[in-house]
Amino acid sequence: MERLVFLLSTGLARGAVLALFALSLVIVYRAARVVNFAQAALAVVPVYVAFAITSATGSYWLGLAAALATGALLGTVVERRLMRLVPQDNPLAGIIVAIGLVMVLQAGLAIAFGPDHRPVHAPFPQRPLEVGGVGLMSPYDLFVLVVAAVVMGGLALLFNRTSLGLQLRAAAFAPETSRLLGVRVPRMVTLGWTLSIATAALAALLLVPTGLGLDPHAADVLFVNAFAAAVVGGLDSPAGALVAGLSVGVLVALVTGYASAAAAPPAVLALLTVVLLVRPQGLFAAREARTA
Amino acid sequence: MRLLLRAGLLTLLALGATFLLDPYRNYQLATATGVFAAVAGLTLLVGLTGQLSLGHGVLMAAGGYGYALTATRVESAIEGTPVADGVGGRLLPLLAGVAGALVTSGLLGLLLGLAAARLRGPYLAGLTLALVIALPSAASTIPGLAGEQGVRAPFVPVPDTLALLIATEQWHAWLAILVAACAVTPLVALRAGRAGLRMRAVHDDETAARLAGVDPGRVKAGAFVLSSLAAGLGGAVLAIVTQQVSPGAYGLGFSLLLVVAAVIGGLGSLGGAAIGAVLVTLLPWVVDQATAALPADLGHRLQGNLEIALFGVVVIVVTVLRPGGLARLFPDRKPFPSHVLSNTVR
Amino acid sequence: MRTASLSSPRSVGTAAVLGLTAATALSACSTPAAAEVPGVTDDTVVIGTHQPLTGPAAAGFASISAATAAYFDHVNANGGIHGREIEYVVKDDGYNPANTQTVVRELVQEDEVFAVVNGLGTPTHSSVLDYLAQNDVPDLFVASGSLTWDQPEEYPNTFGFNADYVTEGAALAQYALDTEPDAVVCVLGQDDDFGEGILAGVELAVGADGVASSQTYSTADQDVTAQIGAMKEAGCTHNVLGTINGFTALAVGTAAQMDWFPRWHVSSSGADHPTLVEYLGADVAPVLEGLVSVNYLPNSPSSEWYELFSRINDEYNDGAPYTGNTTYGMSVGYQFAEALAAAGTDPTRESIVAAIESGELQGNGIAPLTYSAEDHLAHRTVRIAVVTDGVQDFTDEAYTVSEAGATPAEPAQVPLENEGIPVTE
Repeated sequence: MERLVFLLSTGLARGAVLALFALSLVIVYRAARVVNFAQAALAVVPVYVAFAITSATGSYWLGLAAALATGALLGTVVERRLMRLVPQDNPLAGIIVAIGLVMVLQAGLAIAFGPDHRPVHAPFPQRPLEVGGVGLMSPYDLFVLVVAAVVMGGLALLFNRTSLGLQLRAAAFAPETSRLLGVRVPRMVTLGWTLSIATAALAALLLVPTGLGLDPHAADVLFVNAFAAAVVGGLDSPAGALVAGLSVGVLVALVTGYASAAAAPPAVLALLTVVLLVRPQGLFAAREARTA
Repeated sequence: MRLLLRAGLLTLLALGATFLLDPYRNYQLATATGVFAAVAGLTLLVGLTGQLSLGHGVLMAAGGYGYALTATRVESAIEGTPVADGVGGRLLPLLAGVAGALVTSGLLGLLLGLAAARLRGPYLAGLTLALVIALPSAASTIPGLAGEQGVRAPFVPVPDTLALLIATEQWHAWLAILVAACAVTPLVALRAGRAGLRMRAVHDDETAARLAGVDPGRVKAGAFVLSSLAAGLGGAVLAIVTQQVSPGAYGLGFSLLLVVAAVIGGLGSLGGAAIGAVLVTLLPWVVDQATAALPADLGHRLQGNLEIALFGVVVIVVTVLRPGGLARLFPDRKPFPSHVLSNTVR
Repeated sequence: MRTASLSSPRSVGTAAVLGLTAATALSACSTPAAAEVPGVTDDTVVIGTHQPLTGPAAAGFASISAATAAYFDHVNANGGIHGREIEYVVKDDGYNPANTQTVVRELVQEDEVFAVVNGLGTPTHSSVLDYLAQNDVPDLFVASGSLTWDQPEEYPNTFGFNADYVTEGAALAQYALDTEPDAVVCVLGQDDDFGEGILAGVELAVGADGVASSQTYSTADQDVTAQIGAMKEAGCTHNVLGTINGFTALAVGTAAQMDWFPRWHVSSSGADHPTLVEYLGADVAPVLEGLVSVNYLPNSPSSEWYELFSRINDEYNDGAPYTGNTTYGMSVGYQFAEALAAAGTDPTRESIVAAIESGELQGNGIAPLTYSAEDHLAHRTVRIAVVTDGVQDFTDEAYTVSEAGATPAEPAQVPLENEGIPVTE
């Protein structure tokens, strides 16, 4: 029982990071109708910046701010200077360019910083708080949950309660009509990328202290799990990303804890396969079949 | 008929070429040939049906495991019997292994193909990506695959009649070329025939294809299985040449290199696939040689990374500026006029 | 229309095959006439190795071959072995078996090495085991503790270097029982032959049902919270780790964050104190205090070998940070030099294998080597080391492991002679 509670709470904390990353995939999908396969590599670059800033200044918070800023900048630049050039007649072109980008970024990081894992420390203790003798989540896990909740809440407000959010949604769902109504659609697409990569960078930054350290591939598995979560939740659905992200996190923790670490990736693969075959539009999507 | 003739000629040409190479180049040639078989399958899949697989390395691994396990089994089954001493002793494990490779890669391809029939672009790509990530775990979970250490494939020695003439590496290059020829020739035939038309039809417009009586799901699943069989044979080639199959050799980087090879060569082009396969096999080696001259620290940083970065840049540039890939440097193929298409499909 | 569509692929295909041939033929040259003994001339012996210099595994291991090369520089500067300098060709395989297969063929066919020495890693080296056997290349002192290297019947030229994982696991668990009879022993292992070997060793010492909790991790997933949580909950007091350095640091660090400080008993493959400190960061490093490990090499600041190796490291290795890998790499070099010296004034591939099997090699370990025609592993005795006040050093306990289990042994460190250069008669 205690073990179950511990695994559940750990899974929730890991799941919050997954949900955040899945949300970043949803944002860019809604804005540009693409699944960004370069998300992991794009998210790790800002974490390197954060690492450098934190090492230089000693402040985690400056590093975090730098990661967000770099992520936003990177998202903007990649959309403006690269993705915009991709031929639109073939839906695969975007994916292939993203793969090329992954190779350039990860190899570039490895050349610049070497292959070593760089230890990254959490700003809070990772010792689980005990409630009635049962170890629950650590202050750092709580911090992750709170940050994830705040960011998701903020994005929900932005999308649902502001005029900018309305324009973003309109540009995503009906680009032609929006254009006629005076929405600057290309700008909205760029903004989607900006928000998306900043969110992904934040997720990667939150993930790194729980692992071996920072290296160019630090977010690869995160991307695969988050992709699974985003598909399970429905690529259109921020709420779906949240619920599915938490669920996948818990699934991975339970499988690792009760079966073995080796069983976790096949479990995620199985979940993804089943959902894609049974309900490819995701469990939370409102729209019917998908043609992207 | 003309196709078979041409395939035979090309194969003979390639076999003859092995005489120009020393053992190490023949090994590189054999490796490139195995990769070529897989890239050929992938490039047809992407180019003709628009399905992108990021997991063709896993299909190669499936073929490799199928080859290794079957060939080992057969080898030990005939051990001690009179069969083992003759030509049969050499050929049986090899042929059984190749059949095993076809079965395992075909089955995995069928499973993926069934999913592929219902999915498009990013979904299939994501699913196959998750497959690649799960390969090492699967290898350590599935009994008989022996985890990270991998399984051994039997050594195929040079037949006695040839032993004076050629070295092991050249013999393996021959086997590689023959197996790859068996993998690629059917692809050429299918592409030129009705199946190829159906694939193009489904790719261009699923609804129109459906109206013309083509079942898009079946066409896509079928294309995926064909592509998987080619990849599986490629995996068998690598297992014959290296006598070992392990998950570490089929990581994400390798699967992405297969995509790179297909893109650089030009999606849909088999000649381009050959060029791409040679590039992804040789460039890392060239970079290795070049960086060896640099100071150790810088050299180590560039080694294994520089070629990846270069490939990344080339893939981006090719996709953005020159979607035809290197194959388009040769005379362009005329696009199918639509009336030919609809007539044939009917 | 059909013929038109057919013609183009043909020309592309033909061009591709021609190009493919040309590309590979361009750099091809005819095989040089084979010397009488590959890699051996009047004044040099060329040997090669495959090591992970790049890629995810490089962080842990890239420094080994640099140390070995530095030791050979030391030997060469002092006249070499039988008047021959040792040339060490290091190839990077990035810990990827596919690369290993390529670079080892390059070593054998292009560089024509005399022997492959200290090829690193179980999955990587397994992939070239048959190739080396078929080509009769001595495959000396493989850098892994897998029992795979000990198959003299099938692989007569292959010899392992490390103490095998079962030996280490048994010694670590036995030491736990000897220091704390009520120890609750648990295991965290990598999900491959490394982790399995350690687990088998622990079970040899404490019995199959004596392991309170056995967990695994995969190198792909850098989060061991679930595993450590399970071990904590199982009430483990002594955790035996079959982990590489990064995951040792991760396990110890994760437990510390849970405010859990059990005893850690770690395999030599993942217990290098300086490397662990680097992973954890200096502020967390004190949690490594009391960490128990085993070693079979003179990796102790009080050892005369250590002192010599430090000097060689300063002189020939640009004063790279001295870690357990330095001791390891130089010990490999010494062991090869000793084998080469014993192989006679005109060494052949057969004579070096015979010299190793003769059992006369001493090595430089905490007990003399045990190679023989039947046993291709050399370190059956391991010595316990503990981190005290931030320094990892040997205790007086050592264990010899056989099928019956781990029994206490007297460490018998091989003394240093002749500035660490094997004497040739």
